Amino acid sequence: MAEIQLIELTVNGERHDLAVEPRRTLADVLRHDLGLTGTHVGCEHGICGACTVLVDGAPVRACLVFAAQVEDADIRTVESLAAPDGTLSDLQQEFSAHHGLQCGFCTPGFLMLAEGFLAERPDATKEEIREVVASNLCRCTGYQTIVEAVDACAARRRNA
Amino acid sequence: MTGGAVTGPRFRRDGAWVGASVPRREDPRLLAGRGRFVDDITLPGMLHAQFVRSTVAHGWIRAVDLDEVRAVPGVVAAFSAADLALGDITALLDRPPHEFVPTSMPVLARDKVRFVGEPVAIVIARDPYAAEDGVEAAVVEYEELEPVVGDTAALADGAPLVHAEAPRNTLVDVSLFATEGIDEVFAEAPCVVRVRSKTGRQNALPLETRGVVASWDDRDEQLHVKTNTQIPHQVRTVLARCAGLDEKQVRVTVPDMGGGFGQKCVVGREEIAAAAAALRLRRPVKWIEDRRDALTAAFLAREQRYDVRAAFDADGRILALDADVVCDMGAYSCYPFTAGIEPLMASAEMPSVYRVPAYRVRGRAVTTNKAPTGPYRGVSRPQYVMVVERLMERAARELGLDPVEIRRRNVITVFPYTGVNGITYDPGSYRESLELCERVLREEGWYDLRDTGRVIGIGYACFSERTGYGSGAFAQRRMQVVPGFDISEIRMDVSGTVSVTTGTMSHGQSHETTMAQLVADRLGLDIAQVKVVQGDTDRITYGFGSFASRSITIGGSAVAAAAEKLGAQLKEIAAHLMEVDVDACELDGDGGVRLRDDPDRRLSFAELADVAYLRAHLLPKGVGPGLSATASFDVPGDGTFSNATHGVVVELDPGTGGVEILRYVCVEDCGVAINPKVVDGQCRGGIAQGIAGALFEQVTYDAAGQPLAPSLMEYKVPTASEIPDIAIHHLETPCAFTANGAKGAGEGGTIGAPAAVLNAVNDALRDTGVELDDTPIAREAVFRALEAHRG
Repeated sequence: MAEIQLIELTVNGERHDLAVEPRRTLADVLRHDLGLTGTHVGCEHGICGACTVLVDGAPVRACLVFAAQVEDADIRTVESLAAPDGTLSDLQQEFSAHHGLQCGFCTPGFLMLAEGFLAERPDATKEEIREVVASNLCRCTGYQTIVEAVDACAARRRNA
Repeated sequence: MTGGAVTGPRFRRDGAWVGASVPRREDPRLLAGRGRFVDDITLPGMLHAQFVRSTVAHGWIRAVDLDEVRAVPGVVAAFSAADLALGDITALLDRPPHEFVPTSMPVLARDKVRFVGEPVAIVIARDPYAAEDGVEAAVVEYEELEPVVGDTAALADGAPLVHAEAPRNTLVDVSLFATEGIDEVFAEAPCVVRVRSKTGRQNALPLETRGVVASWDDRDEQLHVKTNTQIPHQVRTVLARCAGLDEKQVRVTVPDMGGGFGQKCVVGREEIAAAAAALRLRRPVKWIEDRRDALTAAFLAREQRYDVRAAFDADGRILALDADVVCDMGAYSCYPFTAGIEPLMASAEMPSVYRVPAYRVRGRAVTTNKAPTGPYRGVSRPQYVMVVERLMERAARELGLDPVEIRRRNVITVFPYTGVNGITYDPGSYRESLELCERVLREEGWYDLRDTGRVIGIGYACFSERTGYGSGAFAQRRMQVVPGFDISEIRMDVSGTVSVTTGTMSHGQSHETTMAQLVADRLGLDIAQVKVVQGDTDRITYGFGSFASRSITIGGSAVAAAAEKLGAQLKEIAAHLMEVDVDACELDGDGGVRLRDDPDRRLSFAELADVAYLRAHLLPKGVGPGLSATASFDVPGDGTFSNATHGVVVELDPGTGGVEILRYVCVEDCGVAINPKVVDGQCRGGIAQGIAGALFEQVTYDAAGQPLAPSLMEYKVPTASEIPDIAIHHLETPCAFTANGAKGAGEGGTIGAPAAVLNAVNDALRDTGVELDDTPIAREAVFRALEAHRG
């Protein structure tokens, strides 16, 4: 059996001490060691983006990162978006209002991608949003409603 | 002008749930990351499976040595076909041997491997990483055979045989129609056009790959299989047969499902092997397919070759259609549909929306050393619609007619219409959709842009789609499993809320919302008081799952019928308690029964349920305790047809051969939409998959049968940069026999898109003398056509 490494991860503001193999990906640690199964794994080679999480605010493919690489970082997953009482965030609400999800498997990745992008670029145009949405794959929606949902959320935040 | 707006009637009926774009009940959990997909399930003591897969396309297995696998740290067990000794998966058609050759798919390859990626052994380990380590330690010796990697090679004289029992590698060879005198029609026709088309092999590519968690439960005496399947009852049947269990000893449940599109509508060998391992080890076993396996070893679709001629009179009226269709079905016949799925669909339905007086067709399924095929959204219809629509535009060009005009002269306008293929088409809006689609593009100015020197083309696809095949339709195809009906059971509990079962299986289509809308209207309840139960073979009498746009038409109609029966029971009890005739009572639309002439006198469902369960002595004579009802629905006659016209504007890039879609307009008619927003979602998502097939995606193999697209780097799934916004316009021709007049909406988008895109590209190439008939449309072919034209 491979060696085991002790690591410390901060996920959604909570600290965790873990003993993992160095080859264990962040996606697997989040899902299977911490039980945060909202982050999904769609391809394991960095194309589909279903596993997108925020690492220090930036969207990252959790399937391409080893957990041991992000020890000192602030990691956020889809589970952090809704309020503690379950109330969905503005971004999540817009996804529902625009029918930006069908099977919902890719959705956490798109949410975290948009969350990271809008924090950095609150004034993004719809075309810029479309370009960013093109980072991830969705097989159900045809993307239009995802772009519209993110655009509506951006407008809502600007008008808040 | 490039917006993706929705226009047309919005179907909202005041006060009704049906017709309203009710927010999806699935959304909150999925948005919060609180859905439960199969890989989210962890059971105590759970082990993890991966498969040793064939590295050669065709060969005899001479030895499988798993000793070193078993020595890998973390590996608990490894089994070959001989170790598990399972029965084969066999799908049958009731057809004579010259039409159908039965073949079997072993759960693990036994003597022979027939494609790269075929499972040879299963490795079980304490974690998925160790399972992968174990797979790498396996030693399998093959004696390689010459592979058969294409339909032409498969049919060639002296070709190696993929299955010894199938001469000329032909699994299905049917000639369903041959109108007498058709050769004379062609000989005398003033215009005969021909289209030869090859369509690329595709992967339905649900973003969630296939997976299973299986565990034996001593207390239930049951093998519980949690798997992301579109057809839970059929998985139960096959697993029971393969493992030698009674069906009561198998329970299949389906968690949240990350898409399917047909790929999860067949029984896979991996889920059977993992379940058998769990049974053997008496420990839970999980298998999650990795993307490489999903791209190379999951069920594929759509690789077809058409050679079709059409005869027209001088006015552009079609006189005859003569078709030869060869489908490359890969290594095995899928359960329950068989390798006949694609050729039978194409053969039965090819005359499409047109009045075709004479028709001849031969449809063949050939077996090759490629991953096997199964259904994929639209099944053959994206292909034959493309071919028929190409024939229309080619004939229009030959006869100097406008491409819309030639369709207008040929579409079915009087319904019901019984075609040369024996199918009776129920009412639709074929001509109306065509005319509206053209009008939209003209009014938006695209025809003006076409004449400005840019390389711009406009293309159409006019088509219909049989939705919700009933037992009669599938029986005509002579399937041994005839998946036509659905059964629904509804129960009201003591508090007056309702749960209703459906044998359909939502995997993104929003049935938790739409089925509840159907019930809510019939009982006068809020949808929050209706729970939809699906995907559990212990709780659902029987079902055929979700495919072929059957869920709302068949499943929804069964759900609605069950709700109506329960409503009648509630009225009967209320009438007795209020001491009136049952005809004096009505559902009050607010969770109760009232007197029609004295609406203030009412009993709530909770009050009625209280009597039905807790004070049964108050029930009328002859009425048993409890509140439940069962209803079933099957499709009468030949079923119901949704229809649409798609209009596409493309611009070609002479520098690269690239195709950009400038405008996409879909005019669709799926009868009454239960939830219009859900219908829009199905249209857009379907169109995106159709565009993917027209322009981007293809599974290819080298001459040795090695897959050339084993990752998403090579298999190009389009992103938001490639898929345009799509404008949708609704027409509404209600179905006469389904609940609320709904027709299916799941596949139409995918069916129309390849034809419309290909026609638009050919229109843009109109001055070059080049016509392209294959998909995916090769960028290089577009480039060369434009380059040659420039000189």
